[in-house]
Amino acid sequence: MSKLPLALRALHRAELSLGRDLLMVADRHEADHEIRYVARDLARWPRIHVQRLAEVGAAHGAHLNADPHWSLPMLSKTSQKVSVALGRRPEPALLLLADLRRLHRKAAGASLDWEIVAQAAHAMQATDLLELSQQCHPQTLRIMRWANAQLKVHSPQAIAS
Amino acid sequence: MTNDRNAIADIWGGRTPYGPGESWPARVDMHLAEGVTEADVQRWVRTASLLHSNGDAMDIAVRDGKIVGVRGRADDIVNRGRLGPKDLYGWQANASPDRLTQPLIRQGGRLVRCDWDTAMNRIVAQSKDLLGTHGPSAIAFYTSGQLFAEEYFTLAAIGHGAIGTNHMDGNTRLCTATAAAALKESFACDGQPGSYLDVDHADVIAMFGHNVAETQPVLWMRVLDRLAGSQPPRLICVDPRDTHVARAARDSGGVHLAPLPGTNLALMNGLLHEIVANDWVDHAYVQANTVGWAELRERVAEYPPDRVARICGIDAAAIRTAAGVLGKAQRLLSTVLQGFYQSHQASAASVQVNNLNLIRGQLGRPGAGILQMNGQPTAENTRECGADGDMSGFRNWSNDAHVADLAKHWNLEIKQIPHMTPPTHAMQMFRYIEQGSIKMLWVSATNPAVSLPELARIRSILGQERLFLVVQDIFPTETTELADVVLPAATWGEKTGCFTNACRVVHLSERAVEPPGEARADLDIFLDYARGMDFRDKDGKPFPAWHDAPSAFAAWAASTQGRPCDYTGLSHDVLRERVSGVPWPCNAEHPDGTERLYADGKFSAAPDYCESYGRDMVTGAPFEASDYKALNPDGKAILRAGEYLPPHEAPSGEYPLVLITGRTVYHFHTRTKTGRVAELQQAAPEIWVECSAGDARRAGLAEGDLAEISTARGAVRARLRITGVRNGVLFLPFHYGYWDRPGAEHSRAANELTQTDWDPVSKQPLYKTAAAALAKVPEGADPVVPVQPTRASTGAMQ
Ligand code: SF4
Repeated sequence: MSKLPLALRALHRAELSLGRDLLMVADRHEADHEIRYVARDLARWPRIHVQRLAEVGAAHGAHLNADPHWSLPMLSKTSQKVSVALGRRPEPALLLLADLRRLHRKAAGASLDWEIVAQAAHAMQATDLLELSQQCHPQTLRIMRWANAQLKVHSPQAIAS
Repeated sequence: MTNDRNAIADIWGGRTPYGPGESWPARVDMHLAEGVTEADVQRWVRTASLLHSNGDAMDIAVRDGKIVGVRGRADDIVNRGRLGPKDLYGWQANASPDRLTQPLIRQGGRLVRCDWDTAMNRIVAQSKDLLGTHGPSAIAFYTSGQLFAEEYFTLAAIGHGAIGTNHMDGNTRLCTATAAAALKESFACDGQPGSYLDVDHADVIAMFGHNVAETQPVLWMRVLDRLAGSQPPRLICVDPRDTHVARAARDSGGVHLAPLPGTNLALMNGLLHEIVANDWVDHAYVQANTVGWAELRERVAEYPPDRVARICGIDAAAIRTAAGVLGKAQRLLSTVLQGFYQSHQASAASVQVNNLNLIRGQLGRPGAGILQMNGQPTAENTRECGADGDMSGFRNWSNDAHVADLAKHWNLEIKQIPHMTPPTHAMQMFRYIEQGSIKMLWVSATNPAVSLPELARIRSILGQERLFLVVQDIFPTETTELADVVLPAATWGEKTGCFTNACRVVHLSERAVEPPGEARADLDIFLDYARGMDFRDKDGKPFPAWHDAPSAFAAWAASTQGRPCDYTGLSHDVLRERVSGVPWPCNAEHPDGTERLYADGKFSAAPDYCESYGRDMVTGAPFEASDYKALNPDGKAILRAGEYLPPHEAPSGEYPLVLITGRTVYHFHTRTKTGRVAELQQAAPEIWVECSAGDARRAGLAEGDLAEISTARGAVRARLRITGVRNGVLFLPFHYGYWDRPGAEHSRAANELTQTDWDPVSKQPLYKTAAAALAKVPEGADPVVPVQPTRASTGAMQ
C-alpha cells in the first residue's frame, strides 16, 4: 500500500507548525515592525497550503484538518517567553535571531516535505498533487529565504554591538 | 515677457499653449523684494529650486550683499523660465532673524552657545570614544534630500568608508525610496527612465498617486499648456482626493480613479488585466526586451475588473475605461509619487506602473516614458552619491567587484567598507537606537521629530539620555531641541554645489551671499570633522582627499566613470559655461547629456553591471546573484508580478475611517523655511482636515468646525474642510509641528497619528493607511483659531 498519506500528513504537520510559528514570532517581536507585519502576511501562505492539502489529500487517503487552530494556546506562549527569558540572555535582539533561525529550519523542513510529496506525485502520476506542490512549494521557499535574509540583516548589530 | 504675478492666488500663471512635438514656449517668472526693480539688481547668480524635486532653474538677484529676489531661467529645459509659489517667495527664509548662527552644546540640560572648536571637539571625542569601545556599529548618520551632491558624496565617504558604519540613510527614505526600489526591480538599476520633455509629446499622461499640480506646479504648468494647445493629451489620475489633476483628467476625456487607500496594487493588477485581456500588448517589445512575461500574465489574470472593483471600492466600468485609454495610447507618459510610495505595497504597486509601460512598449522614445518621481530637490543625489542605503555610483552592494571599485576610488581597503548586508535603513536605525545599540546619531538638514511616523515613539527614542545626538540645521527645530550638539549650517544661496532633479537634470547652485553669523556650508562641516578625526587613506594621506566643493565634485564625477550616472563630462566650470541644466549621463560619448534612458531596449541590467539583483515583492528578501543570473542573463527589463495583500491596519468599529497624510503647494516639509515666509505661511497658516460631505454629516460636523482626529496612537485637532475626498477617507497635511506653537501639547502634527510600518521592499514608511476616527470638539473647549479662507485645499481653489 502507498505511504502517500503518511507523507501528506507529515507535510500538513510541517506547514501547520510553520504557520503557527510565524504568528507567534509576529506577536513576540511587536516592536520589530517589519518582522511583526511581514510574518503575519506570510502566515497566510501556510494557512492556504494546509487548506488545499486537506482538500486534495482526501482523494489520496489522507484525512487532514482543513481548519486547525492557528494561534497557540496562551499558556504555552507565555511559558515559552518565560523559558526563553530565563534560559538565555534576555535581549530581544538575540531572541529574534533564535526565532528566525528556528523559522528557517521549519520552512526548510516543510520545503523538503514538499519535495517528497512532489516526487511521489511524479511516480504515481498524481497530477492534482503535482499542481498543488507547484503552487505552494515556492511560497514555502520564499518564507525560508525571508527568514534567512532577516537573519543576515539583524545578526551583525545583535552580535557585534 | 516677465511675469510678476501673485503666485499665491494664481499658482500656475497664464497659459502659453503648444501642440504635440512643439517645444514648450518660454515664460519668465520673477519676484523681487518690495521696491526693488530689475535695474537695481547688481548680480544674478545661477541656481535651481531647493523646495521641491522639479529642479526649476533660476537666478538669485543680489543687491548690497543681500538676496532681493529670483527670476526663472528661460534657457533651461526643466522650466523654460517659470517658477512656482515656493520658488518665488521661499528665498526670504534665508534672511529670517531666527537662523542658527552659532553652535550650541548641551550643558546642565540646556543648549548653550559655544564656538566651533568646542562643538566639533565634543563630537570628535564622542566618536573616538564610541569607536574605541563599541566599534563603528554604534554610530549612525541620518541626512536629507536637501544637501548638495558634493556633501552627500563626502558624507558617504566618511560614514561608509572612513568610519565603516553600515548605518547611513537620508530622509529620502520617507520620500523617494520606493521610486529607487521600483526602478531597481524593473531595470536592476536606479535612474529615471523618462524626461519632462515627454510631456511635450505624450498623447496620454497617467498620474498614479501624483498630485502634480501641488507637488510640482511648474511641471503641471507644462501639462496645462499642452491641455490648452492643439491635440491635447488625455489624463488618467489615481488619487482618493478630487484634486485639480482629477478634474483636469475628467475634462480631458480621461478618467479619475479614487481607490480606497492601501489598494493600489489591486488596482494596477486590474488595469494590467484589461490590457492583457484586450491584447493591447506590444508582443515584439516584450519578447525582445523583457523577462518575466509569463508570470506577470498569470498573476494579473487573477484580477478581473469586478474583483478589483470590490477591493478598491470603485466602479468596474471606470477601470475598463481607464484601461482602454492606457491600452490605446500611442505615446504614454506615466508618473508616480507618494500616493503609491507611502502606501501599502508601495514598491509592488509602483513596479506595476513600470510593467504597464513595458508591456505596451512605451519606453525610451519621445512621449513614451516613466517618471518615478522624487519629493525632495536633491533626493536623486542622496541616492546616486550613496548617502542613503545605496552605494556611491549606483554600485551593487552584493557585488564584491563593485565594492572593490569604490574602494579604489576612495583609496581605502575593501574591508573598510561594510557590505555584509544592505545598509541599515532609517526605520531600522531608529529601532537600534531604541534598543541602545546605536549610541550616536548625526542628523543633517532634516527634522525627524515631526516627519517620521508615530511621533510619541520617535520623541522617546531621540530623547534618550544614552543617545548622543548631533543636529546640523539652519533653524531651531523640534529635533534640535533634543540635541546634544547643534551645528549651524549655511543653505541654498550661501554655498556652492550641484544638485540633480527628478529627471536627472544637473544644476549648479552658486553662492550668492555670505551665510549668517558663524553658519558654515555642510561640506565644510563634514570635512572639518574628517580632519578632526584624522581619517587617513591607504597611503596615510588625509581622507577624504578633497577640500572644497569643486574638488569634491571632481572626485565624485571621477568615481562615476562607466556607471549609469556618469558625470565625467561635467565640472563646476562646465556647468557654469553651459545653458543651464544638463541631464546625466554626461560623458565623452554624450557631451550634452542624455534626455531619456533605455532607448532601443538598452538597459543597465547585465548581471555584472547592475545595481541590484532585486527583492521578493512580498517578503522583501533580496535575491542572490545566482538567482538573478538565472532569471536575467542578458540584462533585459524585468516584469515582476505582485499579489495584493490587505493593508495591515484595517478600519474597524472604533476607528472606521482611513487617514492619509499629504502636502500643500505652499509648504515644504515641516515648514522650517516656508513657515517663515509671510506669503506662504499666510496662504496655509494652520493644519486642517479634509473629509467628504457624507462623513462630515455622520460625525455631526460642518465646514470650519473644530474636529478631533484620532488613531490608536494619538489625537490631533484641526478645522474641517469638506472636499471631494472619497467617503471613508480623512486627509491631513503633515507640515505642521510645534516650533511655531511653543508650549502646545502634542495635538497638531499629523504624524502623531501615523503607524510604524514600512514597505518591505523599499523600506519606505507608510503614511497612508492608518485607521482613524473623526469627532466634533465642542466649541469653547479650545481657543478658536479662525479658518483662513486659504486656497491651499484643492477643493477651494480654482
Ligand atoms: S514632503 Fe515628503 S515627499 Fe515631499 S519632499 Fe519631503 S519627504 Fe519627500
